[in-house]
Amino acid sequence: MLRILQFLYSLRSFLLFVLLEVLAIWLLVANNSPQGAAFFNSSTSMVGSILETQSDVRDFFSLAEANEALVGENSRLMEQLKSLKTDPDSVELTLDSALSSQFEFLGARVISNSLRYAQNHLTLNKGSEQGVKPGMGIFNESGVVGRVKSVSKNYSVGISLLNNDLLISSIIKSTGDFGSINWDGKNSQTAKLLYVPRHVNAQVGDTIVTSGYSAVFPRNINIGVISNVIQSGDPNYLDIEVALTTDFSKVSYVYLVENTEIEELDSLYQQSEITNEF
Amino acid sequence: MNFRNLISFILLILILGLFQILFLKNLALFGIAFCFVYLVGILSIPLQIRAVPLLLISFGIGLIIDVFYDTLGLNAAAATFLAFLRPYWLKILRPNGGYDDSTQPTLQEMGIGWFISYSLPLIFAFCLIFFIADQWGTGTFIGVVNKSLFSSIFTLVLAIIVQLLFFKRRRGI
Repeated sequence: MLRILQFLYSLRSFLLFVLLEVLAIWLLVANNSPQGAAFFNSSTSMVGSILETQSDVRDFFSLAEANEALVGENSRLMEQLKSLKTDPDSVELTLDSALSSQFEFLGARVISNSLRYAQNHLTLNKGSEQGVKPGMGIFNESGVVGRVKSVSKNYSVGISLLNNDLLISSIIKSTGDFGSINWDGKNSQTAKLLYVPRHVNAQVGDTIVTSGYSAVFPRNINIGVISNVIQSGDPNYLDIEVALTTDFSKVSYVYLVENTEIEELDSLYQQSEITNEF
Repeated sequence: MNFRNLISFILLILILGLFQILFLKNLALFGIAFCFVYLVGILSIPLQIRAVPLLLISFGIGLIIDVFYDTLGLNAAAATFLAFLRPYWLKILRPNGGYDDSTQPTLQEMGIGWFISYSLPLIFAFCLIFFIADQWGTGTFIGVVNKSLFSSIFTLVLAIIVQLLFFKRRRGI
């Protein structure tokens, strides 16, 4: 017995090495599922405050650009608002509940963002106290950015669209065909549109927008433009490359969207035994 | 390691860690050469440290970097691997008379040739583990080796610059 213990003691550094590696790999696997709750990450308040200070400094230099984008967004919204306003001499109808607002929006600032790894994340400066919940969609004025993964009191961590784990339900705007956007880990400006059958007439230059099927994003938020359609490879599906409209190296202010009816939808799916991945 | 060395070591780790977190996160030369300058901290721990504390220190440092990068476990796994290899590699590189008791494996004390042959393979091993874990199932092996090679060269260059600028040369014999 003593000899076994002595033997183990002589191997202690190797055993500790194996133990630490297993621990690290376990952390890696446990934290990479898109739905999983994370233990520590950049939404921890101390880490978050350091990252926020850093982004304070960095954002100062991009204020002009952020302003320009916001002004553009504002003018677009004003135009829409004009067409929605009722004239004083017209009759107003109360809307059916089917048409009442299903989505709620929030604004937030990105305080940390990565784009060079296979699994990229971003940290936002709003948390559960400001109403952010796991599962909310993240987008900015030019397109989809990602999805909230976990939330602390004042910060939240999102999975970027540049992450192998994230699939976003989307359609080709001109034809209405359905597919899933997924990043292939190569270039931060392009992604792949998956599960589009071969008979679909997808053209270079067609716009890809969110489908609204997945209950995360509302319909018609920009994702990208088709840059290449390849016929070869898979016998069932087209190989479509999409140039993303969002410039992920410059994302600074984003909107968060929440589907207020997601619980009702989820319970309906459960009732009818449909498993919805998103 | 006396108390003064300990304080300066902690300061070094803090400064390198902050530099890594604040400036090097999204830096990648030509999209393939990443920089892990905080490894200088692990590489310059004095020679007489035992294997167990070395492993624990490296794991801890890797984990702290991971928390800021949202890649929990990635840097920790790679840094632990580097710490595991370090004593064996040092044994292979031992000069004829053996090491001095109080030497630190730094550029100033051991010379540039020794330092490169000491740190380049270790950094390369770190990068290999890092990118294999990062690209698991998505990247190709050639891509991983490519990234590792250029990242380790870039990291080594920065490590040499950091040591030339900030490490004190020991006076006398």
